[in-house]
Amino acid sequence: MRHLLSTKDVSRDEAIAILDIAEDMADVAHREVKKLPTLRGKTVVNLFFEDSTRTRVSFEVAAKRLSADVINFSAKGSSVSKGESLKDTAQTLAAMGADAVVIRHGASGAPRVLADSGWIDAGIVNAGDGTHEHPTQALLDAFTIRKRLHGAGSRGRGLDGVSVAIVGDILHSRVARSNLWLLTTLGATVQLVAPATLLPVSTAGWPATVTYDLDAAIDAGPDVVMMLRIQAERMNAAFFPNAREYSKQWGLDDERVGRLPAASIVMHPGPMNRGLEISSGAADSAQSTVLEQVANGVSIRMAVLYHLLSGTTEA
Amino acid sequence: MTARHVLQQADITRALTRISHEILESNRGSAGLVILGIPTRGVTIATRLGAILNSIEPGTVSVGALDVTMYRDDLSRNPTRAPSPTNIPDGGIDGKTVVLVDDVLYSGRTIRSALDALNDLGRPRAVRLAVLVDRGHRELPIRADFVGKNLPTSTSERIMVRLSEIDGVDEVTIE
Amino acid sequence: MSIKIVGAQLPDGTSQDLFVENGVFVDEGSAESTIDASGLIALPGLVDLHTHLREPGFEQSETVLTGSRAAAIGGFTAVFAMANTLPVQDTAGVVEQVQSLGDQHGYVTVRPIGAVTAGLSGERLAEIGAMAQSRAKVRVFSDDGQCVHDALLMRRALEYVTTFGGVVAQHAQDPRLTIGAQMNEGALSNELGLAGWPAVAEESIIARDVLLAQHVGARLHVCHVSTAGSVDVIRWAKARGVDVTAEVTPHHLLLTEELVRGYDSRFKVNPPLRRDEDVHALREALADGTIDIVATDHAPHPVEAKDCAWDEAANGMVGLESALSVVHASVVESGLLGWTDVARVLSSKPAQIGRLDGYDSPFAIGSAANLTLYDPAASRTFATTHLRGKGVNSPYLGRQLPGRVVTTIHNGYLTVSDGELVDADTVARDGAARG
Repeated sequence: MRHLLSTKDVSRDEAIAILDIAEDMADVAHREVKKLPTLRGKTVVNLFFEDSTRTRVSFEVAAKRLSADVINFSAKGSSVSKGESLKDTAQTLAAMGADAVVIRHGASGAPRVLADSGWIDAGIVNAGDGTHEHPTQALLDAFTIRKRLHGAGSRGRGLDGVSVAIVGDILHSRVARSNLWLLTTLGATVQLVAPATLLPVSTAGWPATVTYDLDAAIDAGPDVVMMLRIQAERMNAAFFPNAREYSKQWGLDDERVGRLPAASIVMHPGPMNRGLEISSGAADSAQSTVLEQVANGVSIRMAVLYHLLSGTTEA
Repeated sequence: MTARHVLQQADITRALTRISHEILESNRGSAGLVILGIPTRGVTIATRLGAILNSIEPGTVSVGALDVTMYRDDLSRNPTRAPSPTNIPDGGIDGKTVVLVDDVLYSGRTIRSALDALNDLGRPRAVRLAVLVDRGHRELPIRADFVGKNLPTSTSERIMVRLSEIDGVDEVTIE
Repeated sequence: MSIKIVGAQLPDGTSQDLFVENGVFVDEGSAESTIDASGLIALPGLVDLHTHLREPGFEQSETVLTGSRAAAIGGFTAVFAMANTLPVQDTAGVVEQVQSLGDQHGYVTVRPIGAVTAGLSGERLAEIGAMAQSRAKVRVFSDDGQCVHDALLMRRALEYVTTFGGVVAQHAQDPRLTIGAQMNEGALSNELGLAGWPAVAEESIIARDVLLAQHVGARLHVCHVSTAGSVDVIRWAKARGVDVTAEVTPHHLLLTEELVRGYDSRFKVNPPLRRDEDVHALREALADGTIDIVATDHAPHPVEAKDCAWDEAANGMVGLESALSVVHASVVESGLLGWTDVARVLSSKPAQIGRLDGYDSPFAIGSAANLTLYDPAASRTFATTHLRGKGVNSPYLGRQLPGRVVTTIHNGYLTVSDGELVDADTVARDGAARG
């Protein structure tokens, strides 16, 4: 694997290999010396055109635990025009000898453009591009689900037969897209739950069922309910009337959590809007994996960086 | 190229039994012994050694696995390697005598990686090395304390260690 | 200058020697030079109703000279220059300037298009009368790049333009339905996470405009039709007797949205590349006359406008140099159009819509000698070396395209000879001699 741009490109075997490596990486977090020499001498650049302290720090910790040198390059607010800055920045990073570039960009496909451009010869990790994908989030979500379901026996396993309901702003969610491809590749079944305005106009070719009715989805007893962050600006663009109505129809409140099977888990990629898409009770319940997701993020990103930066470069 | 048998099942068993006795002798008993196999076949051999040791001095020797993948110096020269689990027995390695176990000792680079990996896990009292086959061609100043069979080879030859737990048969061949 | 063209095949399949003297076709004469055109097709000089020449204001993208050269190498002898320059072509002064630059360079006849609304703002009418009565004699008015989306303003524009025998060329795009739009809306835009440009945003405007045109008895031209639904609306309107004409671009006849997959911004264009079904509907519509003409929407951009992430890249493709080959590949090779149809959709009909004289009876004795000699047997891997404008944002680079323009004659003098442009000084001198 040379780049990680989309989970659609990741095969089942590759995905399981990454999840398994992440199991080993998770062990490192529990040692006194939380560091491996694996990527000594490699340079990882965090190239963030959008603010995301959580994701950037997660990648930074992951790279440092593997002994890579980390350069944080925040391109936001740069005075050059946006378009020029992607190319210019990439060439600058290439001149500095970056071995991997972790890129967060507001434009869908920007990581792909970087990978294909010839501006830079480095492994590219998509850390979230526009409304396209966020592959490491999906990997850490899959890891979290697998760990909850199979515990110490997780290694080598997929998510066959696991039912996942993804709820919320599917239309604009890169987390939903990456999860859809990855979870189904691993054998899970996915149901998308949202008002029609927040669903794509066509889901042809998407391996998922679609429903507008959260209560029906809850009553079907899914193994996983994955809530997506809802952005306040969607209200102004008439995607839904107001927060109260959204919360009432598509929010995971205490009552809905109560109707879920005890073994079902509740996920959220964060940051959460408590009281809007998820109640505090749901977010803090024993079924919630919100904090595990954060911890697992580091392990997954270590595994991804290891996967991209070790091994001979394929021609 | 035809394979030449070097060790048969009985030879392997005899070698491991001898090594077990040598370990106990040099350690003056089994106190504080931790046997760590290096994946993949080193772990199998370590498990067998542990069983022999525990049959000689019951229930005193702990066995684990030490993966060295993340400590290798040749990661960028080969296709991406999938690491194996590291499994350190309860009680850790601090103050213990660790016996590293591998199937074949060759350049010594794997053992160098293992020493680095151990360093990140704790501070053993002493580290020893047991191998089933030493085929020479060392590239680092490393030698084994316990050797099943010294096997002079040319670098063009391949040593194949097969163990029944993994390969269905116990044998060492040169190919 | 007198030229004899021997052995060319006319669009109708017949062979006939052609004589050109003093800018017009003549019966017979003693030619100063002879062109052996055996194996070549003689087409009337091509007319592009939709070109962006970028001058004044965006000379880093294109100038009247470079755009004229791109047109000539593509077999064109006349182009209509869109109004979205800076300053906008919304006054007599600007359109006369563009026209005179075209005359001065001489590669093609440049006919400026006037803006419908002042500054393309969509708020009040531009000086349509002044432009129509200027030396540039503007007959086509368009806010291309922007849609005249206010229904009342569109009604007034249709009525007012009628006063001067002109036509409104509408860029049909509902602005509210296409906020931030990046590509055709559908399953693929959804997968790629790119904001969708729904077909209905084009179709709803066309539906409204044909009804408005019918109501006020005006002539309407629809720019770059891109969807199967739009074809249906136009077909319905024509059946009702609405005086509507429509154009399709070469790229919408050949390329589909699948090309967006790699986020290569060369494929970013407005209206966007559509589905395979749309491409086929557009081809059929061109063949059955629902769509009247092919127009390039030649839209050059500097490299940096495309060398960036998809969202940030400019819309547009260059198309003059490749247009004839792409029409050849998309509708001639598939048997939908013959060469007489090509002559109609790329020459006589666009000239008629734009009220450009001299193209109604190709090759007729006494008519202006505008023609292009095309080698249909040639094939080339299209490359930047085939481009002559400033823009290299061609979607066809690396693609195998049939045919090649060998000769272009504009008003009786050579602008392209042996497949290469005649130098600018010679063309300017020959053009000036013609007056």
